[in-house]
Amino acid sequence: MAKIVFEEPDGTERAIDIASGQSIMEGAVRNGIVGIDADCGGACSCATCMVYVPEDWLARLPAKDSTEQSMLEFCPHVQANSRLSCQIQVSDALDGLRLKVPQSQQ
Amino acid sequence: MADPLVIIGAGQAASQLMASLAQDGFQGEICLVGDEPHLPYQRPPLSKKFLAGELALDRLYVKPAAFYEKAGSRLLLGQRAERIDRAGRAVLLADGSRLPYSTLVLATGSRPRELPLPGAFYLRNIADVDAIRGQLAPGKSLVVIGGGYIGLELAAVAMKLGVAVTVLEQAPRLMARGVGPVVSQFYARLHGEEGVVIRTGAMVRGLDGKRVVCEGAQYDADIVVVGAGAVPNVELAREAGLAVEDGIVIDAQCRTDDASIYAIGDCASQHHDLAGRRLRLESVHNALEQARIAAAAICGRKPPAVQVPWFWTDQYDVKMQMAGLSAGHDLAVVRGDAERGRSFAVFYLREGTLIAVDAINRAPEFMMSKQLIAERAKIDPARLGDEGVAMKDMRN
Repeated sequence: MAKIVFEEPDGTERAIDIASGQSIMEGAVRNGIVGIDADCGGACSCATCMVYVPEDWLARLPAKDSTEQSMLEFCPHVQANSRLSCQIQVSDALDGLRLKVPQSQQ
Repeated sequence: MADPLVIIGAGQAASQLMASLAQDGFQGEICLVGDEPHLPYQRPPLSKKFLAGELALDRLYVKPAAFYEKAGSRLLLGQRAERIDRAGRAVLLADGSRLPYSTLVLATGSRPRELPLPGAFYLRNIADVDAIRGQLAPGKSLVVIGGGYIGLELAAVAMKLGVAVTVLEQAPRLMARGVGPVVSQFYARLHGEEGVVIRTGAMVRGLDGKRVVCEGAQYDADIVVVGAGAVPNVELAREAGLAVEDGIVIDAQCRTDDASIYAIGDCASQHHDLAGRRLRLESVHNALEQARIAAAAICGRKPPAVQVPWFWTDQYDVKMQMAGLSAGHDLAVVRGDAERGRSFAVFYLREGTLIAVDAINRAPEFMMSKQLIAERAKIDPARLGDEGVAMKDMRN
């Protein structure tokens, strides 16, 4: 279980608990975090669950695979600290992670 | 108090509609009627990870029960809507009750096209998976009738579970309605490499116990599953006198010809600019997009921009992502080697404009094409086919 804080597009901050083993995307969708569309439900097929990760957290997350890397490269609002939240499994180690949701996934 | 907004059908379109209504500030009561005993769940994993036993049931659900309670909604699950009384603005349920509505949204989905083969299984909902899964064990044999997405995804999962699989497709090639011939040939090779027996041009005549009888051949199976496409659930709409052509006819706001009734998802037929005509799309993306558009219309908000339709299928280690609508293309360009390996893309153009892509283990081709298709970009076919030109540089 990890408490993860999301900054929604309008600046609202929401902290939610996500069970270990779920993806960050699943936790966000179940808790209605605004701006995480996640159209494909976690199949790494749509790149609509992108989040921005603080610099000091980037190296602490499980690494990107090549599909996630390629999908991200073509996301409209991609930054160097972007990740697809469906590809990050939650563990206790992620407790306290803060993520920013982009203005739009399109 | 005003009558509730009633949604008939509890699939992904319905669940997205409720989420979008909440985001758009909808204040009224919502009543969700679904004929399955489940909260809205994702169907794509039913023929993939859920079938394979790699995804637990609770992870299929789009939202937890608390979401629906918090939204102040009433869930009438395991309930069938029998009739719409448009004059009286009410839905009549199978248990005899009458559900008045202020606004009605039809999210009735589609159902498998049935073949006259008593004893055959279908794969559409959780109960279907429960019925099929017990039969998918090492040493068992499966005959799949229909070489479309569902049938081939099922074949891939069954192979992984140690089942002997035969796919019978009546058309001359696999997935003929969805993809071009190059991609069909690839999938025939892929499944052959994985050990599936593929028979195209197979005319199934009947099911004799556990023996599938075709013209000129027969196949014994422990289980027979039909994946022969879907038909939209339009009966309620048609009986209510709403316009139906293949799907329930809706306008750009997802409204039917009755201003208080909307239709979204597999059951709806809408004009699509990219196709230049009305069509019905069976995809998660379409269900979600129409739900977002309908929610905006119901709340009097500006609708979200229409996106390029897209779709995906996972079979073995191959992810195919498709964007756009390839019908009517006059040129198909292959990028990469379609005859060896498992990574290439096919671009479809009409009069020089990129209109669709089938990307096999090619995320960059898919992602970039989605943008180019939306822009109605004209791209030099030679560049599309040239691996030396990066997808990022494909804009002329």
